[in-house]
Amino acid sequence: MSEKIREVILESGIPVKPVYGPEDIARPDGIGAPGEFPFTRGIHPLMYRARPWTMRQYAGFGAPSETNERFKFLIANGQNALNVAFDLPTQMGLDSDDPLAEGEVGRVGMAVDTLADMETAFDGIPIDKISVSLTINAVAAPIMAMYFVVAEKHGVPLADVRGTSQNDILKEYIGRGAWIFPVTHGIRLVTDTLEFCARHAPKYYPVSVCGYHLRESGANPVQEIAYAYCIARAYIQETLKRGLQVDDFAERLSFNFDIFGNLWEQVAKFRAARRLWARLLRDEFGAQKPGTLQMKMIAGGGGGGLTIEQPENNIVRGAYYALISALSGAQTMALCSYDEAYTIPTEKAALISLRTMQILVEEMGLCDTVDPLGGSYYVEWLTNEMETRILAEMQRVDAEMGGIVRAVSEGAVQSEVAHQALKFERGLQDGSIPKVGVNKYRAEEDERDVALHEYKPERAEESIRRTQQIKVSRDAPAVTAALDRVREVAANGQNIMPAMMDAVRAYATLGEMTKVLKSVFGEFEEPVRL
Amino acid sequence: MAKRIRVLVAKPGLDGHDRGAKVVALALRDAGFEVIYTGLHQTVEQIVEAAIQEDVDAIGLSILSGAHLPIAKKLMAQLRANQMEEALVLIGGNIPARDVEPLQALGVAGVFPTGSSFDSIAAFIRERVAAKEPAG
Repeated sequence: MSEKIREVILESGIPVKPVYGPEDIARPDGIGAPGEFPFTRGIHPLMYRARPWTMRQYAGFGAPSETNERFKFLIANGQNALNVAFDLPTQMGLDSDDPLAEGEVGRVGMAVDTLADMETAFDGIPIDKISVSLTINAVAAPIMAMYFVVAEKHGVPLADVRGTSQNDILKEYIGRGAWIFPVTHGIRLVTDTLEFCARHAPKYYPVSVCGYHLRESGANPVQEIAYAYCIARAYIQETLKRGLQVDDFAERLSFNFDIFGNLWEQVAKFRAARRLWARLLRDEFGAQKPGTLQMKMIAGGGGGGLTIEQPENNIVRGAYYALISALSGAQTMALCSYDEAYTIPTEKAALISLRTMQILVEEMGLCDTVDPLGGSYYVEWLTNEMETRILAEMQRVDAEMGGIVRAVSEGAVQSEVAHQALKFERGLQDGSIPKVGVNKYRAEEDERDVALHEYKPERAEESIRRTQQIKVSRDAPAVTAALDRVREVAANGQNIMPAMMDAVRAYATLGEMTKVLKSVFGEFEEPVRL
Repeated sequence: MAKRIRVLVAKPGLDGHDRGAKVVALALRDAGFEVIYTGLHQTVEQIVEAAIQEDVDAIGLSILSGAHLPIAKKLMAQLRANQMEEALVLIGGNIPARDVEPLQALGVAGVFPTGSSFDSIAAFIRERVAAKEPAG
């Protein structure tokens, strides 16, 4: 028979056979049991049977009071954790009244200038029970300091405070672009928070390493994990220099990964990633604590997979991404809402995402059995294949780009990712990468009927007024003294966090703290290279 | 051989999502344009200055945060202030259909929302730049 079969090559470049069998998965060390090294099948023995994944939709916009209302809405509807979005001025360390912030205050997240804003955002929210994730990077240190002080005011001492900060600056230089300081200083701030939390806030996850944004910027699934692990490894190496042991802090590193594209490739990616992380931590860093060896992740998202065309299709895509996340053993899930390709989500869109996850938990049996795809010839073969390729890509970063820190400083990874994005976009445009509603089954759409989140400029005025009021009513000499101390510590290399918390308590603004850091660190000069 | 068309691809403002800007810059370069990419976090003033320095035929802005209207307004005013109102301005990114007309009213020549084909962008620039050249 010479019947020609269709060729299948995954986004990561892996050719796929039509049928897999036992001969494809012979592997000397087997796949192991869930909850056991190397955790291919999941980090806990019972996984969702013991407790479903945490649901943590990304939310935040306008003035802190508006965000506080959305938080309460999501919690009232069964969400058990929060994921805070900050507006671009906040992400870039600018106060709402800074001329550079004009038009952006409260637009894609909530505006935070001082501790007062964080107090308002979490007013009436039981942060001792609801774990809060802060999507903040370049200015993670001051924003974490604000959160810790808010927790203190809620009666939660540092030793008990829970939550996560994104705080992954290296990925900002590659994708997402919310960087401020030069690479070495960016890494220094991340290391300060890792050290500070290991010593004083041991239940807090100070860094969530984001393959997510690397993939959203163009990286394929293999590159997503490989670059994220190179980045995580860099943070570990730096933190070890502070006199900590790997088992003192690496347990509190978590990951944020992306889901869109081929279902099997994503599931295999995560299973391979867990195994690789366990081996990396044991073999390279000598980690022994199970918690350190367990790769913990938030996965879902999939913004890059959603389309402007036929937006309701994104509800369906979101449901599949959630399914993939559940089949992959994610600890936490957040979905991009169907209006993601347009703007930040409306209340309705956010609720559909939450209900999508709840339907999987309550109706579909996704929490009944651990790693239900485990043992599948195809999935196990693909897991092995992904692992081999991720490892090879990590070795390539070291051998050909001089390690991730140099690669980021010189723009080598950025260029790699941009070219991958170009390849993908060409595939979409020539139809070789099918996309329903875009290059297949495209329909002439009249006016698209999507109710969108409305940006309210008057709420920006509210943020500006409030900050100006605080600036005149606070104890000015105390602010100056606290900022001087931040400057001194930034320069002398001591851990920045205690000084930062004191500045926050004095109601120093984020913009003031960032300016002080800029005066010591300087600013990143982007290696613009196409 | 005709002079290569020079295009400035710019990322104004605070938004750091540069996938679209870079991909369009690379695609235009492959299509034979001379492309200058500014990198992130550019003020409108910096963009206009780069356009003057590089003597470009077209300026393409990529904006995904939703702040395209205020940014376009500022850019067009700055171009006028520098006697550069003739420059061909294109805006790409996360642009809802309802904002296309207001952008055109501000003087933006072409709006290319996410998903626009490279060919359509390249053809638009070629056509409009050719139309501006003096005949002969």
